Amino acid sequence: MLLGLVLPTEGEVQLLGEPMPTRARRVLPRVGALIEGPAHYGHLSARANLSLLDAAGPGGSRRTRTARIDTVLEQVGLAGVGRRPVKDFSLGMRQRLGLGAALLRRPELLVLDEPTNGLDPQGIHEIRDLLLELNRAGTTVFLSSHLLAEVEQLCTRVGVLDRGRLVLQDQLATLTAPTGATVVETPDADRVRAALDGRVLRTSVGRAVVRGADPAEVNAALVAAGVPVTGLALERPTLEEVVLAAASTSADRVDAPGERSRR
Amino acid sequence: MIAVELRKLFRRPRTWVTIGMLNALPVLVAVLLAVTDLAPRPGEGPVFLSAVLTNGTLYPLAALAIVLPLFLPIAVSVVAGEAIAGEAQAGTLRYLLARPAGRTRLLVAKLVSVIAFVLVTVVVVAAVGYVVGQLLFDVQPIGGTTLSGTTITPEQIAWRTVLAIGYITVSMLGVAAFALFFSTLTDSPLAAALGALAVLIASSLLFTLDAASSFAPYLPTRYWLAFVDLFREPVLWRDIVRGIGLQAVYVVVLVSAAWANFTTKDITS
Repeated sequence: MLLGLVLPTEGEVQLLGEPMPTRARRVLPRVGALIEGPAHYGHLSARANLSLLDAAGPGGSRRTRTARIDTVLEQVGLAGVGRRPVKDFSLGMRQRLGLGAALLRRPELLVLDEPTNGLDPQGIHEIRDLLLELNRAGTTVFLSSHLLAEVEQLCTRVGVLDRGRLVLQDQLATLTAPTGATVVETPDADRVRAALDGRVLRTSVGRAVVRGADPAEVNAALVAAGVPVTGLALERPTLEEVVLAAASTSADRVDAPGERSRR
Repeated sequence: MIAVELRKLFRRPRTWVTIGMLNALPVLVAVLLAVTDLAPRPGEGPVFLSAVLTNGTLYPLAALAIVLPLFLPIAVSVVAGEAIAGEAQAGTLRYLLARPAGRTRLLVAKLVSVIAFVLVTVVVVAAVGYVVGQLLFDVQPIGGTTLSGTTITPEQIAWRTVLAIGYITVSMLGVAAFALFFSTLTDSPLAAALGALAVLIASSLLFTLDAASSFAPYLPTRYWLAFVDLFREPVLWRDIVRGIGLQAVYVVVLVSAAWANFTTKDITS
């Protein structure tokens, strides 16, 4: 709907301050998108694919096209295979090419759906670095992903969708802020309970959660009582816990809620 | 946008393979005729074929008459059915529209590229027919005889052949419009092409049925063979004009329907 593919039955959509889809011709050249996986013409080369897509709409100057294609192929790491037909590409290479197509006009906004799908760990790391670099240069990255680790590593602002409704939207730092408790790792959780009576919230094997936002103070109290401590950390909710708390439905629903997040 | 679609169409190996295969049958027929010297009797078999043994300059028309009833409509249906549904199936449609290519522009560009395909295909069939005719059959330097029995000059044959190429191209536009419309309805290019072919087969069948005679003049295949009338003396324009008018009506109605459907459709594939 944001990109004018699905037309709203009611309500309004604004993209970069312009109403969609009425202003699509003006707004969309400033947006790059990777929607539901990459798609290309298999019999054409990577360069031909990028060139045809660039020529298919407004905002892509013909003069700078070759140079821009060179740049994005370099950026996404496909410079060596630009002339090979896309049908020979692996899923990861197609994903890189899709990202390259999204970057072709130096968009102000990047809309990405699972951008690291099909990439190996090195590839994921590379793409993450590329996105962080683009973001530092002023590009807004709108990322939709089921991979919470990816969201945690990339995003500054997170939204959670539950059955098509945005149920939560906040800064990632706020959502995963310390809860005011300290996690103590110890071989003997029962002795923590004995030493800090009344402050222990819950214990499990090798682990106890103690009220108090100062690990140093908790540590001092435990050491004074002779309890061995192997690790100390402020308790933070993981993004997974945040998502599970916000999205009510069980995880085995077919339309499992996706997380939309934004930097 | 039109240039983009033309590049896509003509850089696709499949397009040229289709055109190549389309020429296989007329070439085979020509070789068989030349080897056996057995032409169908006048009034039997595809039009013009009876005359080619004595005059090879008519072979472009014989070749067109051979591919016109089935092969040419199949090729046109496949290419036109591919137009929108093919992009939807490959997933490239959403990228084109998010580019944004503009839905109306995209549809117009697809229509133009389909027309270009029809024209190129018909011209190639005629050209191959010309070459084959020159190589395999006797060519009468003084011209030929019309279907009415009078003689005409080679120049006359040439410009009438050009008109026939134009008329056959127009005849195919109705098929193209059906396939293009179906292509906006479905995400399967195969379904769109077969849908258009089903319409044609139904039309050809109804045309032979006396019970359907009340609407026979409006069937899309009704005037397809009217290009033959270009080779009568004098030229019988009546069916040719009606054929062009009928195709124009089909094209306008179906392309409008395709436009109305495509510009209001949710693209989810």
